[in-house]
Formats: sequence, structure tokens, C-alpha cells
Amino acid sequence: MAGKIVTEITGPGIPLRGNDIDTDRIVPARFLKCVTFDGIGKHAFADDIKGLAVKGETHPFADARFANAAVLVANQNFGCGSSREHAPQSLQRWGIRAIIAESYSEIFYGNCVSLAIPCFTADHETCAKLQDAIESNSEGDLTLNIAAATATGPCGTIALQIQPGAQSQFLDGSWNARTGLLENLDAAKAVAEKLAYVSNYA
Amino acid sequence: MGQSLYHKVFDRHCVTQLASGQFQLFIGLHLIHEVTSPQAFAMVREQNLSVPFPDRTFATVDHIIPTTGAGRQRPLQDPLAEEMLQHIEQNTADFGISFFSPDKNDQGIVHVIGPERGLTQPGMTIACGDSHTSTHGAFGTLAFGIGTSQVADVLATQTLAMAKLKVRRINFSGALQPGVYAKDVALAYINRLGVNGGVGFAYEFGGEVIDRMTMEERMTVCNMSIEGGARCGYVNPDQTTFDYLKGRDYCPEGEAWERAVADWQNLASDADADYDDVIEIKGEDIEPFVTWGITPAQSVGVGQNLPAVDSFAEADQIVVREAYEYMSFEEGQPIVGTPVDVVFIGSCTNGRMSDLREAAKFVKGKKVAEGVRALVVPGSQEVARQAIAEGLNKVFDEAGFQWREAGCSMCLAMNPDQLQGNEISASTSNRNFKGRQGSPTGRTLLMSPAMAAVAAVEGKVTDVRKHLEN
Ligand code: SF4
Repeated sequence: MAGKIVTEITGPGIPLRGNDIDTDRIVPARFLKCVTFDGIGKHAFADDIKGLAVKGETHPFADARFANAAVLVANQNFGCGSSREHAPQSLQRWGIRAIIAESYSEIFYGNCVSLAIPCFTADHETCAKLQDAIESNSEGDLTLNIAAATATGPCGTIALQIQPGAQSQFLDGSWNARTGLLENLDAAKAVAEKLAYVSNYA
Repeated sequence: MGQSLYHKVFDRHCVTQLASGQFQLFIGLHLIHEVTSPQAFAMVREQNLSVPFPDRTFATVDHIIPTTGAGRQRPLQDPLAEEMLQHIEQNTADFGISFFSPDKNDQGIVHVIGPERGLTQPGMTIACGDSHTSTHGAFGTLAFGIGTSQVADVLATQTLAMAKLKVRRINFSGALQPGVYAKDVALAYINRLGVNGGVGFAYEFGGEVIDRMTMEERMTVCNMSIEGGARCGYVNPDQTTFDYLKGRDYCPEGEAWERAVADWQNLASDADADYDDVIEIKGEDIEPFVTWGITPAQSVGVGQNLPAVDSFAEADQIVVREAYEYMSFEEGQPIVGTPVDVVFIGSCTNGRMSDLREAAKFVKGKKVAEGVRALVVPGSQEVARQAIAEGLNKVFDEAGFQWREAGCSMCLAMNPDQLQGNEISASTSNRNFKGRQGSPTGRTLLMSPAMAAVAAVEGKVTDVRKHLEN
């Protein structure tokens, strides 16, 4: 069973400014004590939200204007830190269905692909412009086209980048890598047989 | 043009190129722990899949396990932790996977027990649902941290879909000064290349400094590859590697051992290997490092003052300002003399025998400063046994450290060992992210075990070189 084909994602945006937002901030470690991902969405940015609330400020993920957001716009090195999938799972279960950022940590990016969350990249000016536009019109939908790698919304149509490998995986439904891997199980076993360490160099 | 180890090992394990352009790689060793595996087993069950290579996966419990004897009584006091422990017990039993457990006295941090048991061997591909899997690269392996969906991929197929990385050689020439350790080498390259400088790269660590290092020191260097953004990091296998492995539980013996060593010798990068990038760092230039901020790149030599915000590129200034605000530090203040509330010696970065021995040297006959809470947490039950045999637990105990049982402990906030309020800790772990050590406002200063030991005794950040004559 291949995954569903993902061609387009439409929904309101949410701006999240700052570089190097790590996975511990996306979902603090104490919420990782779970054996399923159910319910992890409500812990997204829990500590950052609290930290700002103390100062009388509102984190975007606690801001009623963005409560229905589906498209997250971030900056550099988004999702750095841990390999744990709890971070993208938490974003997805909160409602995020696509991300635009200047850059990503690789493991986070890969985890997003395997959850069918397309991650686009754009330069700093573009991300800042999108963040400003969402800020001033939080109701407006952004439409992300996977094949064209564009975002259409309050500021017209903007060109984005998407990794070609990931792009084709969304378009043909093969983002769920497991299906493809399972097909080659015999070939994998043949590779294992040739690896001397598999038989402990016997 | 010769090949690097990365490409040699990659080619050996490549099953095929996938339609996505990625490659399907056979995974020689799969390590799992209680945090990132339960959902993966659920995925395997949901799809009615089997685990075709159960003897290539090994499990342990490290993140949630309490580190006091009483705390480890079953059922664990925290019902969520108990549930996670029960899941890994059940899942490993159901699928025929070996489990290094507290019951058998062979439990430990996943990245400590792999090498210690001789499971980690040169030329392997290794995966674990944990970022610091890069640690195993010290043995000349390609070792990747993966997400939970990928853990399910490995369980169900013993393979992963992976893109090919570029390879950056980082050459540490010359020698380290006294008082400068592997941890400082790690913090130095992250400081130099940044937390995302390694994105798209595998790091190959080499040069005289690395050649001279023990395996445990190399593990510390590779452990933090991920903090520099690199997907993995490795050191070419050499005699030091073979000497370390010989006679360990899972290593071949007799003639098979000879065959293994011959094979491993061929894996090292060729002298004329082609690299995508080469960086030189002089060993003599590396100072004992301390982080002052909220990313592992926000560090200074212990003799330096904290950097000015405007000395950073504009794009980085937001996070630098955020770091100053969070840490309540000022630009230009010296890091030396910063009072610490907690000292944590342990973790997969610095929780091995040599780390404990080195820290003990600076603690012996001294007392932990008043008001400082200091913990020593061995990386595995085996490390604990050895340390006790050498009397290190007594040294720490007499100085006023709490001697604990093996686990991740205060490296992250998933067990009872946590910072309170905005306490500052001198920590030998690898991450100083906001809230990492359990309190949403807790503050972490990363440093070497020797520096942490000296901080415990002095009650403040201190240049370890001042204590060297002792
Ligand atoms: S010691 Fe820390 S970094 Fe290492 S595996 Fe445990 S939690 Fe992760």
C-alpha cells in the first residue's frame, strides 16, 4: 500500500520567527513519556508558550488568530536537535500540514517526509515576507503546490524550493518509504549474505 | 582517486537505488530504547509485518530509568515510565530481540553498551532512534540517528532509505595542551562550523590529535557530530580500534578475528581519498571550552569573555539575544567565575570509565563546594562495576558527590534527575537547549568531565588548567 498522493496543501499560515528552533522546544522532553503519539499535539511549544505568557506575550502556537493554521513559516535550521519523531508528530497533530523555512535539520526533514508533511525552503527575505503577510492577514489561506513548488496567498504567488527526491515522493505517494523497502526484502537479504560480519566472520 | 570510508561502507550496504533517488541501505546493527521504539513496534503490528533480522537489533532502557536503587524498584514510581519499560520488555520478548536490562545487570545508555559489548564493529551501518547514534562512528561505522517511522522501517526490513552525503574531513593537527580533552575538541569544531555547518555532510575526523586518542575519546568527538548538524561522524579504524574490540562479547575470535581485522584495515579512507571539503584545526589552538548559551555552538574558551551580540551574523543575532536573555548573562562578562548550582558528570558523551577516572583525579581528597548538588552517573552498569572495582565511587562519595546507577539521568528531563527553577548546571552532556535538563528555565553549561569536576569543587566555572599540578 503506497501512501496517498500529495499534490497541494491549502490552509491558513502561522509565523514562527527565529533560527535554530530545536526539537526540545517543539515538544519538551518531559512530554515524550508516552507509548503512542496520540495527544502529543497539545504539547507543541509548551515551554515557549509558558515562557512568553509570563512576560505577557503570546506565542504563535497559543495565538487564537492562528488556531486553524496548517502552514508553518519558520527560519533557519528548523527542527535541529533530536532525531525523535515526536517533534513533527506533535506539529502534525496540532494541525500543521506543510512547512516553509530557510533550512531544516536533516533528520527532522526526513521525519516530515515520512509523515507526508512537505517541507519547502525559501530565502530569508521570502520567509520574512510570508511571516509578515500572515501576521497581517491570519485568515487568508496559503496554497502550496508541490509540483510547481509555489505558495499562493495574500502576497501573490511565490516561488519556493523543494528537494526533488521528496517532491517526487509526495507526487507518487512513495513518501511512505516502508512500502518500497519491503518490495526489496529479498535483495536486502542477498546483501546481508555478502557481509562477512553478519556471520561474525565465520 | 581513492575512496573515503564513507563511500566504501555505503557501497557494501547498498541494496538498490529507490525511485525517490535515495538508496536502500542494509543496516548491520539496530539499537533501540524505550522512548522511540514503542510507536515503531505499534506500526509494525498495525501493518502485520514481521521482523526478519531479530538478531541484528538490540535493546536497552536508559532515558526514563531512575538512577537511585530505590527508584529502580518495580513498578517504577512514575506510571508513564513503568508503562514504557513494560512496552520494551514485551516488544523485545514478542519479536525475539535481545534486551540489556537492569534485571540482568547489563543495562546502560544505548551508545555506551553497543561499543562496550563489541556490538559496534568497523564497517557496519548502524541505526538507532536516537540522535547521538553518531557516537558509534568512532569505530569506522556509518551510524545514523533516525525517527520512529524509520525505526519501524528497520524492524520490518533491516534497511533504510538514505540519501548519499558529502564528506568533510576535519583534520586536527598537532597535539592538545594539558587540560584540554576530547570534549573540548568536539565543542571546538561545533563552535567553528556552527550548529548547522554539517547539514548534508558526514564528518570524517582525523589528524594527529585523533590518531592519538583512545576509543573512548573518539566516541566523545563523534557523539557530538549531530550537534554540528552532520548526519554522522566517524574516525577511520586503526590499531587502537582493534585493541579496544579484541575479546569483547560480540566480537569474532581466533581465525575469524584475524579475518575481521584484515577486512577492517581495508576500510579506512585511502590516502588519496576525495573529500567534498577539508577543514584544518590546530590542536594547540583548542582551549577548554564552556557553552554559555542555548545551542552547543554558543561557547567560549574558558579564558574568554562572552561575545558581543553584534559580533554574530545578523541572521544569528535573534538566537544570540534569546540566549543572553534566557541565561541572564551579559555580553563581555567572563565565563570563569560563573557560579554553578548543579554538577552532572555522565551521559553518552562523557559517562565512560576514562571520563570518570579523569574527573575523579580532580575530586580526590576535595569536597564539593557548599550548596552545590553534584551527581556522577556511570554510562552503564558495566562502567559502574569497573568504577567500583577501582574505588572511584568512594572518591566521589567522600567528596560529597552522589554516586548513581546507570542511565541518561540529567542529560534530559525524562527521569527524576532534573534541574529546579533557573539553576545553572555544569554538565558533561551534549545539549544545552532551553529546558533540556528538566526545568523550563534551567540553564546548562556544557564542558569536559575535568572542568565539571573542578566546577563542583570550586562552586563556579574554573579553568581546569589551574588545578593541573594536583
Ligand atoms: S545520555 Fe543524553 S544524549 Fe545520550 S542517549 Fe541519553 S538522553 Fe540521549
